[in-house]
Amino acid sequence: MAAIDKVRIVVVGDAGVGKTSLVHLISHNEPISHPYWTIGCSVEVKLHEYKAGTPEEKLYFVELWDVGGWSAHKNSRNIFYNSVHGIVLVHDLTNRKSQQNLRKWLSEILNRDSRSQSDEGEYDAEQFAGSSIPIVVVGTKLDLVQPINEKGNNLRLSSIADECGADEINLDCKHVRHLAAGTSNAVRLSRFFDKVIQHRFHSKDSTVCELYVFV
Amino acid sequence: MSFIFDSCVMFFSLVIFFGGGWVFFLKKLFRDYEVQHWVVLLIFSVTFALSCTMFELIIFEILGVLDSSSRYFHWKLELYVTLFTEIVVLPFYIAYFTVSNIQMLPQARYIRVLLTFIAWCGSMYFFWKIGDPFPILSPKHGILSIEQCIGRIGVIGVTIMAVLSGFGAVNYPYTCMSYFVRPVSDADIQSLEKRLMQTMDMIVMKKKRIAMAKRDSLLHSGANKEQRSIWSMVKSFTCTDNVSVLKEETRALEELSRQLFLESVDLHNEQERKEYLKTFKGKYFNLLGHFFSVYCVWKIFMATINIVFDRVGKVDPVTRGIEIAVDYLGIQFDVRFWSQHISFWLVGIIIVTSIRGLLITLTKFFYAIASSKSSNIIVLCLAQIMGMYFVSCVLLMRMNMPIEYRSIITEVLGDLKFNFYHRWFDVIFLISALSSIGFLYVAHKQSPLETEVKGYTT
Repeated sequence: MAAIDKVRIVVVGDAGVGKTSLVHLISHNEPISHPYWTIGCSVEVKLHEYKAGTPEEKLYFVELWDVGGWSAHKNSRNIFYNSVHGIVLVHDLTNRKSQQNLRKWLSEILNRDSRSQSDEGEYDAEQFAGSSIPIVVVGTKLDLVQPINEKGNNLRLSSIADECGADEINLDCKHVRHLAAGTSNAVRLSRFFDKVIQHRFHSKDSTVCELYVFV
Repeated sequence: MSFIFDSCVMFFSLVIFFGGGWVFFLKKLFRDYEVQHWVVLLIFSVTFALSCTMFELIIFEILGVLDSSSRYFHWKLELYVTLFTEIVVLPFYIAYFTVSNIQMLPQARYIRVLLTFIAWCGSMYFFWKIGDPFPILSPKHGILSIEQCIGRIGVIGVTIMAVLSGFGAVNYPYTCMSYFVRPVSDADIQSLEKRLMQTMDMIVMKKKRIAMAKRDSLLHSGANKEQRSIWSMVKSFTCTDNVSVLKEETRALEELSRQLFLESVDLHNEQERKEYLKTFKGKYFNLLGHFFSVYCVWKIFMATINIVFDRVGKVDPVTRGIEIAVDYLGIQFDVRFWSQHISFWLVGIIIVTSIRGLLITLTKFFYAIASSKSSNIIVLCLAQIMGMYFVSCVLLMRMNMPIEYRSIITEVLGDLKFNFYHRWFDVIFLISALSSIGFLYVAHKQSPLETEVKGYTT
């Protein structure tokens, strides 16, 4: 076990969007039975095969740090953002404001070192270009949105995913089939984990050029 | 003709207040939520607008603006609509949203409406029962008169007012004054954060072991499908035993990490308070806090005196102040003119601070307890509280105005036993203030800083 490397991914979003359910679904492959409000941070660990199916296949530990979203706890959350290798931004598909607040979350993580953070800190595109941490945007509670939109993929494309060049996953954390092996969601998630591991350990031999287009 | 003009003025101000309530709701209360049921927003804004126009009518009464009979008419109209909203509309919608939220009940529309109606009837029954133990009314009123409803709303509203005042009177000096701020150094916070991260690292380590054990057992059970030997069975047995022990330890560590995190939040808040007190604004409020604490002590003292000596003030502070000025200080001035102006300012300040104070309290309350599921219900409950609060505000304000201006309130609200409400306010205020003192004292003593100062190991 000591030989297995690890990467740290932080899962953030407003309170009540479903981060704990999502993390439980990813790590245990089953929906959570009694979700409680997360106080502080809860960690789950997943074993991930980097580049599965190729000769370079290797086992890694993916640590998912699920940070509680209460605004009253904002001043103490900074310690969880140290040495983060990947970010999962979670929003609630039934609540548009939670998606708009993702910018604040991103800026909170990127500005963790400044002592006095203003409440209206906006995400700065140039700041993000400097750090280039892999990001994925997840929309939860897909079952509660109008059924018409479930098939259509263009339900409220989140602008922040556009700006960061991040992947988008929309799912319902109460059913395993949304993340079953072979579904597009599972493929995107696996790709995200690979990107994080690559960024952390193999950045020297990365041949992919990340291009960000900013308005 | 003047009646139409007065009605236009009232309608115009109603629209302005409606807009104000709308903006407040969207920008402050529902800051983090999307509005899915517009009826909630509508009801909240209407309640707010009605309450504000009631206050406006008091101000008009003092200033003598608008025709007296049209004022009276609008008073009655406002009151009826407010009562209807408070007693019929709001409880109905609260019941409807509560019923919709309960997952276990069938969600067909007619069942929801039926259950809502039953719940509403139940709440009506309890509302009626509240009025029985209190001597609210003179016996000459009938059962279904308006005074019955106002009387009951008044009891609930005055209780809320007194509880909030009592708590606020004690809490405001506590938060503002530097005397109560505990010393927090950076080293304290850092050592606590280090402990927290160590705990988190231990949790991660244990979870990794659990994950490896699960993976190993999966691989082993896959490989040894044919050989169900004793050895493999024993191995899998000890494996699950290990896993459950690890899970227990993880649960304990997670509980510990939550405690440490909450302590860290506490310490950060104290540090922020300390830094705020260094700013100019903080110093100003600190000074204000000193004066206010004196005022609070005086108010608690007066409440006790009122109860013990069964005293009810007959003269309002404005007239009393003018009497003192004229009789003892010998200042001569036009009593009528100044009485009107001073009443206007006094009542105006009371109204503005009540509205502002209530909205701030409601917002804080909402942020603390609302979630995406319960946001509609909570905001409707807050609208109900707000309506009752403002009606009782009008009731109690009668005491602060000279006699010539009191008449409209007495006329409109009917022949309620106003003295009872003042006594009730004093009693609840006293209870609330004393229990807040006790509560804050216990919370202060139990804080992690106090226990650490006493020499527990860090």
